[in-house]
Formats: sequence, structure tokens, C-alpha cells
Amino acid sequence: MAEVCLGLMIAGLTAYGLLAGADFGAGFWDLTAGGARRGGRVRGMVKRSMGPVWEANHVWLIFVLVIFWTAFPVAFGSAMSTLYVPLFGAMVGIVLRGAAFALRGQAATMGEARGLGAVFALSSVLTPFFMGAALGGVAAGEVPVGNAQGDPWSSWTNPISLLVGVLAVATGAYLSAVFLAGDSERAGLPDLVAAFRARALGAAVVTGLLAAAGLAVVSSEAPDLFDGLTSGAGLVCVIVSGVAGAATLALLWTGRFFLARFGGALAVAGVTVGWVFAQSPYLLPGELTLDQAAAGDATLTATLVSVALGLLVLLPSLWLLYSLVLRGRLDQAYEPLDQRFRP
Amino acid sequence: MIDLGLLAQVAPPSGGLGDPGPQPDLLDARQMQAMSFMFHIPLVCFGISFPAMVLFLEGLWLRTGDPVYKRLAKRWSKVMLIMFAVGVVTGTVLSFEFGLLWPNFTATFGEVFGLGFALEGFSFFIEAIFIAIYVYGWDRIRPRLHFLCGIPVVITGITGSLMVIGVNGWMNNPTGFDVHGGKVTNVRPWEALFNDYLAHELVHMYVAGYLVAGFIVAGVYARAWLKGRRDRYHRVGLVVSLTIACLAAPVQLVVGDWAARTVADRQPVKLAAFEGLANTEKGAEFTIGGIYEDGALEYGISIPKLLSVLADHDPNGVVKGLNTVPKEDQPPVNPVHLSFQVMVFIGTGLAALAALYLLTWWRKRRLPHSKWFYRGVVAAGPLALVALIAGWVTTEVGRQPWVVYDVMRTSQAVTAADGLEIGYVFLAVLYASLAVAVFWLLRRLSRQPAEAD
Repeated sequence: MAEVCLGLMIAGLTAYGLLAGADFGAGFWDLTAGGARRGGRVRGMVKRSMGPVWEANHVWLIFVLVIFWTAFPVAFGSAMSTLYVPLFGAMVGIVLRGAAFALRGQAATMGEARGLGAVFALSSVLTPFFMGAALGGVAAGEVPVGNAQGDPWSSWTNPISLLVGVLAVATGAYLSAVFLAGDSERAGLPDLVAAFRARALGAAVVTGLLAAAGLAVVSSEAPDLFDGLTSGAGLVCVIVSGVAGAATLALLWTGRFFLARFGGALAVAGVTVGWVFAQSPYLLPGELTLDQAAAGDATLTATLVSVALGLLVLLPSLWLLYSLVLRGRLDQAYEPLDQRFRP
Repeated sequence: MIDLGLLAQVAPPSGGLGDPGPQPDLLDARQMQAMSFMFHIPLVCFGISFPAMVLFLEGLWLRTGDPVYKRLAKRWSKVMLIMFAVGVVTGTVLSFEFGLLWPNFTATFGEVFGLGFALEGFSFFIEAIFIAIYVYGWDRIRPRLHFLCGIPVVITGITGSLMVIGVNGWMNNPTGFDVHGGKVTNVRPWEALFNDYLAHELVHMYVAGYLVAGFIVAGVYARAWLKGRRDRYHRVGLVVSLTIACLAAPVQLVVGDWAARTVADRQPVKLAAFEGLANTEKGAEFTIGGIYEDGALEYGISIPKLLSVLADHDPNGVVKGLNTVPKEDQPPVNPVHLSFQVMVFIGTGLAALAALYLLTWWRKRRLPHSKWFYRGVVAAGPLALVALIAGWVTTEVGRQPWVVYDVMRTSQAVTAADGLEIGYVFLAVLYASLAVAVFWLLRRLSRQPAEAD
């Protein structure tokens, strides 16, 4: 049962990485879009695409957290208390990102939009970095069991943490560019399709290189994790991820953005799932195995029953939301962000 | 149900992570939690009650075809989305704080109370999905279907807070587990969730949701009313929100009485702190105001036997005092007493305002004429907010020094990490900016002509 709960948590984490990760990535493109006039078109598209979905995408994180502390309470307390610096940073980033995005939609002048946009975009980059660094700290075995027993700094400034942090930012940017290219195509804006296609291709190459460099860092810093990633189920996931990544590149090149969405998602999911296989049977490497970490059977059963019931309602609802979004039923009129403020 | 008397005798569990040792910044951690909570809870009120108000207006539009109802519903749904967005991020802060501030609480009892949050997570999810469909779907989805998409938002606004209140009820009335040799065993998560405190806390909070959101919205329209904007749009906005708030206000007095009597029965020390009652008394007096010093309430106005009437519905009932437990197990009296009184007096005042409105409507079928009534409504929104926060201070500080009543102390739950005061300052600045930004945004929205929506 502990395995099923872990599976749910990882499924939630993957969904968060794919969906909310792409929203954070949109913030990255917002940040790098250039001046008000030049970047106005990209920013307008970011706003239009994220508007209806970012809140629902964000809730996956809540899902992961609650399953984590219900099913694996000691691991949760240990990880959160040791990794308090990056997690506090991520928490602040989440508040700033969400609030600034919602507020920017109501800005009345270019100055306001620029200030709020800067907060939105910067926090969109910092938040996934901090979350990635925290996950990297767990993977690197930096979290001992206990109340804030790990080092508050080296637990997330070690090479693996930094690498996973940067990889999280790059992955979000990559996915986001793929999704935005598709949205732009649906909106009938060829110049934005070309802009996001170029960004998606560039980000795909950078993300792939980072992932490969990551393997090299893991092999020297965490040999056990490396063994897990290069054998058995871990290796299968890594290969799936690599193949999906290459296929996505081809799909992007040929302009098939709808399929590229799923290819990109598969490439990212492969890494997350592979990581879990690689550090099995440990939840906190070297400290706590999954079975040691698991809550009692009564709790696990109750959690699984509620999740099963919850999914019965959730999955059709999600399907409804995304089908409305992908069919353009919730689309707002497209408008470059700077246009509102022109006379 | 566990025997609290017996439990208090056994050593409390050192918990999943062990005793954190002395934490000099415990108060900072508590203040940070309180601050996050105070920011989030008014948004919860809107989550509970606002979707129903919006849907009520849309329903009126569907029945009558009157475009005023639609314009109002659309406008309110925009506010609802902003409130929800801010609620999403501030709610996330609360979930992080379970681990960042109270890791030993979560590590020890996560398996007992976590189920509530898992269910809440789903509610929240469905709410996020349908609120997006609803707000972005105006004029894009067929009207009747659009109305139907609002119903899940109403339901999940209720179920989500139900689960969280279940957890708060459990912290005051811990059940669904045993303690053996300092370890938590035999966990019964459903029993923990549906504890004996759930019912009254739930109803008290729901009615508060309608009171707070209703009076705040009514205050906006009452202000416009005073400025002479009395067209049909403003009149409908005022009447709908004010009627809802005024129906809720008298009910809250009855529910509050129920809550207080349950506390008197189950957490007598907490009730003694509400009233600054040092010693157990028969026919205890109720004191208005006053400061608790050296085991007695000074400088207050006393009304004989009223406390016994309130707590026990019997003028000669026995009310237990603070001294029934050792000093280290008593909550800080002054903040609890003060906030309890603030809540009760504001609540009573709001009920009086509501009675005036309802009587005028019932006898004369019109709105009150007096300008002072509308000034009262403008003040009622912020006052209801103060009462809400005072109420939560009453119950949360009144539970101290326990995080899980009579089982785990707050000082055992706290993180062993350093630098909490830095986080506190950071978070305070963040919340202050957020408050200013949200206020600015809503003000801006209220100044746009409604036709622009």
C-alpha cells in the first residue's frame, strides 16, 4: 500500500511538474521577452494561455503535500524542517507569482504592468529553482531523519541540488514553449507560433544537455543514485525520456505542436519516475526506506479510499476543463499586453 | 473517544522526530502561523458564501431575464476569482507551514489528521477547475450549463472548509488514536476527522462566512448609496448581500452559544480563559472588559450569575476555573479574554443592526431611510472581519499551551531550525504588500463601470 501511495504522490508531482512547471516556464518567457513593445505580443499570449488553468495546475502541489504528510509523516517532517531555506523561498515565490499574475490583469498603466510583470516573471524563475533544489537535496541524501537535523545550506547548495534546480527551470521553459506554440497556432498567430517554436527548440536542446550533464554530476556525487538510473526500471525510464525528447524535437521541427505537447510531457515524466525507481527502496536515501516511512495501514487505506473517490470526481472535471481549453471554448480575445495602454 | 483525564496522566509523545529541545523563537513561529492564518481566513469566508450569492443572482437573471442581475453576477464573479486566486496562494503558505514551522506535529500526527487535508485537496481542486470554467465561461457557454458549472463551486467551497475545520476540531478534541509508551498507535483516521467538535465549529464558521462576506459586500454598496448612487444596479447589490448577512447575524448568536457550551463541557480551562475565571465557582459572574492580573480580573464590570447562565443555562451552575490545572497548562488569559469579548460584542451589535433591517423590511416593506443605518452597514464589514479574527484568536490561543489538546504541547511541535525571526519579517512584509495590492485591485475594479465587464 505504501508503494501505491508513493505512486500517487509521484503522479501528482509529475502532473505538477508538467502543468504548473509550464506555467512557471511561461513566466520565464515573460521575463526574457524584451521591452514593453517588443515583448508585448509574447506577454499577451502568456496571459491568455495561463489565465484559466494556472490555479487548477497549482493545486497538484497541495495534493502532493497532503499525501506526503498523511502517508509518510516522519519523512515529511524531516525533509521540510531540514530544507526550510529553499522551501521558504519557494513558498514566497508561489505567493508572489500567483498574486502578481492575477493583479497584472487589472493593471491600468504600462508602469504598473511592468512592475507586476517583473515580480511575476522573477518569482516564476526562482520558485521552480528552489523546489528543484529541495528535491535534489532529498535525492542527494542530504536529509537525515529528525527535526531540522540536516545542514540548512549544504542540503540544497550541493551540486546535485543546484543542477536539479536549474533543470527544473529549464524543463518548465521547454514545456511552456511547446504548449504556447500550440496555443498560438490555435489562435491563428503565425508570428507567435514561429517565436515559440524557436524557443521550444532552443529550450529542448538546453534541457537535454542539462539532463546529460546531470547524469555526469550524479555519477560522481551520488554513485548509488547513478547505479539506479543506469540499471533496471530506472534505465528504462531514462531511455523513454531520451527517446521522447528526441521525438519531440522532430515534432517541433515539423510543426506538429499538438503531438509535441505529449512528447514533451513524456520526456519530463520519464525523469521523475526514473528518479523514484533509482532511489528505491529509500524514501530518504540512506536514512529511511519507504516501508519504514509509511504511516499505519488504517491511514494508508483511508487515504487510498479517499483518493479513489476523489479521482472519480476529479478526472472528469479535469477532462472537462482541459477539453474546453484545448477546444478554445474558454479563450479570451488575444491582445498584446502593451496594447491596452496605448491611446 | 479517548479519556482526556487519563491521557493527561501519560507522558505526551515525544513524536516522530523527537523533542525539538528549546526553541527561542517559538513565539515567532506562532506569530507567523497566526499571521498567515489571519490573512487566509477572510478569503475562506468568501469561498464559503460568495459562490452561492453569485449563483443566486445568476439564477434570478435566468428566471427574469433582467440584465441587471447578470451584470452584478458577472462583476461579483470577477471578485470571486481574485479572492480565490489570493486564497490559493495564501492557503499554500499554510500547508508549507505545517512542515516548515511544526514538523514534529505533522510527523507525529500527520497520519491521524492528514486524511482531512487529502479530502480538502480534492475539494480545492474541483473548486479551482469549476471556478475557472465559470468565470472564463461567461457568454461562451450556454447560460443554463454555465449556471450548472457554478454549482460545484458552491459545494466544494463548503466541503473543503468542512475538512479543514474537522482537523481544527480534532486539535481541540483529539480522538482516533491511542498513545502507548510515548508513541501514537492504533490510528483511526475517520474517527479523528469526524470528531465531536466538527459540528459546532463548522456551523459557526459557515455562518461567519455569510456574515463577513455579506457585510463587506453590502458595505461597498451602502457607501455608494450614501454617495447618492441609488439606481437599480446598486439597489439589487445592496439588498442581496445585506439580506444574506442580516439573516445570518441573529443565527450566529445561537450558534455561538452552542459552541461556548461545548467548550465549557469539553475544554473548561479554555472557557475559564474566555472569562478570566481563576477559581471554580457556582453562580459565576460575567465580566465585561477587565484585565487579568495575579489570578483575578480587575477593572471590569461584573454581572452576577450571567456566566453560569451562558455556560450552563443555569444561574447556579458550576463553572470550572483556570486553577483546575497547573499554571504551565493554562492559556494566556488576557489575549483570549479580550478577543472573546470583542467577538461577542461585535456579534451582538451586528445582530442588532440586522434586526433593524429585517424589522423595517417586515413592517414597512422598504429599506431603512436613516443615513446612520447605511453608515452602520459600511462599518459592519470591517467589524465583522475583526470579530472573525478575534474568534479565531479566542479558540487558537485558548487552546495553548497545547497544539493537540492535552496531548502535545506547541513547544514540542515546533521546528528546531534557526532564523525564524528572519522568516517572520519577510512574511510580514509580503503579507502587507499583498493586502495593499488586493485592496488596490478591488477598489480599481469597483470604479470601473459595470457595463465594461
